[in-house]
Amino acid sequence: MVTAVEERKNKFIRYKNLRENATEVLEGRAKIVIPAEKVAEAYTAMDRVRDIADAGSFAELSCEFGETDPLEFSGYSEKKKALRDETGLHDAVVSGRCTVGGYPAVMAVMDKRFMMASMGIEVGEKIARAAEYAMENGLPLIIFTASGGARMQEGMLALMQMAKTSAVIERFKEAGGLYISVLTHPTTGGVSASFATLGDITLAEPGALIGFAGPRVIEQTIGEKLPEGFQRAEFLEEHGFVDRVVARREMKAVLTKLLKLHSKESL
Amino acid sequence: MKAFDRVLKAREIARPKITDYVEALFTDFFELRGDGLKKEDKSIYGGIALFHGEPVTVIGHRKGKDASENIDCNFAMPGPEGYRKALRLMRQAEKFKRPVITFVDTPGAYPGLEAEMFGQSQAISESLAVMSRLRTPIVTVVTGEGSSGGALAISVADRIFMLENAIYSVLSPEGFASILWHDSSRKAEAAEVMKLTADDLLKFGVADGIISEDSIFANVDKALSEALSVLKKKGTEELVEERYRKYRKFDERFCGA
Repeated sequence: MVTAVEERKNKFIRYKNLRENATEVLEGRAKIVIPAEKVAEAYTAMDRVRDIADAGSFAELSCEFGETDPLEFSGYSEKKKALRDETGLHDAVVSGRCTVGGYPAVMAVMDKRFMMASMGIEVGEKIARAAEYAMENGLPLIIFTASGGARMQEGMLALMQMAKTSAVIERFKEAGGLYISVLTHPTTGGVSASFATLGDITLAEPGALIGFAGPRVIEQTIGEKLPEGFQRAEFLEEHGFVDRVVARREMKAVLTKLLKLHSKESL
Repeated sequence: MKAFDRVLKAREIARPKITDYVEALFTDFFELRGDGLKKEDKSIYGGIALFHGEPVTVIGHRKGKDASENIDCNFAMPGPEGYRKALRLMRQAEKFKRPVITFVDTPGAYPGLEAEMFGQSQAISESLAVMSRLRTPIVTVVTGEGSSGGALAISVADRIFMLENAIYSVLSPEGFASILWHDSSRKAEAAEVMKLTADDLLKFGVADGIISEDSIFANVDKALSEALSVLKKKGTEELVEERYRKYRKFDERFCGA
């Protein structure tokens, strides 16, 4: 029987974990290790927006979409409708203009609750429009990625979103735009192999799984177990693909500093 | 013909390979090896050659003609070194102002431990980004199976042709059936649903033309010649902008107001 006080305490700890992205916490005398999966699970795109954007500064970039179902895949539209009711999202990404520590920026955040934040036409289009908006307004672009990869239910046109988002981001960078990519758990497949790994600066959350192929596929291919920590954020930092692993509780301060460092031109 | 029959045809070991195309369509081919960083990845084959007397850069996935050749080139499944070699060759083509011709035929990028460790994702994304802005014409021919990001990574092009029995898809029909239906034996049904044939992809605007297989080399030669003669007349800015517009639009029919 859990008392009301304990229930409140547990709730607080869960909340604190989400905010701080702690993978190890002390509860009483016992050290509890919380897997990155659990920490990532309940933290929504709007939680992220609340934690990173200055209070009241986030103005969502509205875009209206028709139903994207190019394969007319059985059950897909219905599934999306149900998820829209459940999450309040139209698809797996939220984007908007905001300030972070006083510095203006465009921010896009992917939300795993919506079909593992897989990338179909709508996700690709929203990322593309966020980058275009940043380019037109001379603003830095921050994307918090999380994704299972290309959305299979949209077939080849989902794959084309990799080329589309990469093209738009590259054009934005070529025009002098700053793009900060923040890899969160998990960032894999077609998202990992497109805009997620194109950042001028790449941050990652502790313990986040980041890779092109999923661990199970790799294990099946090579016929052996993968080493502990393989494809985790710290592993990528060690191998030179991530600038810094940054815990959630420090994320806003780090982003503010990076925006500050890019707020003046030296030449 | 059923979609899955096309899948089987696209994978036939007797189908012409990149080495056959190089021999049939080009002269003076000189192979370039290595990514200049780490190692030579034989699953990508590339070099410089003359096409009707004009210099071009040729790059493609390499499948073997038998088991031992296939082991040697890792069944055309590149690691990051392969994509970085392709990128090195493309940047060189841009510098020397010669068009890039790519041949796509891969089951996908290699899902291996080392491939992940050395940045498979980053190698593919960089290839997509650089190809989207490359200041020289790019023409792709999908000759066999074009599967997943591993195929896309060398096919961001001004023109994409598919052989009539080639396929191009987000992943293999087996993978699709396994992930979405938890039953990889439903691969034929998956192939039907996925819209992966040349006809389907022409309708989606992914392919710009279909090449008939009655006389493969002559038809590929003709398609490439015609495409290059149009693309070479364009100014560089126009070329890059048109390529950008082509990819930016996928797929505007679904994006509303």
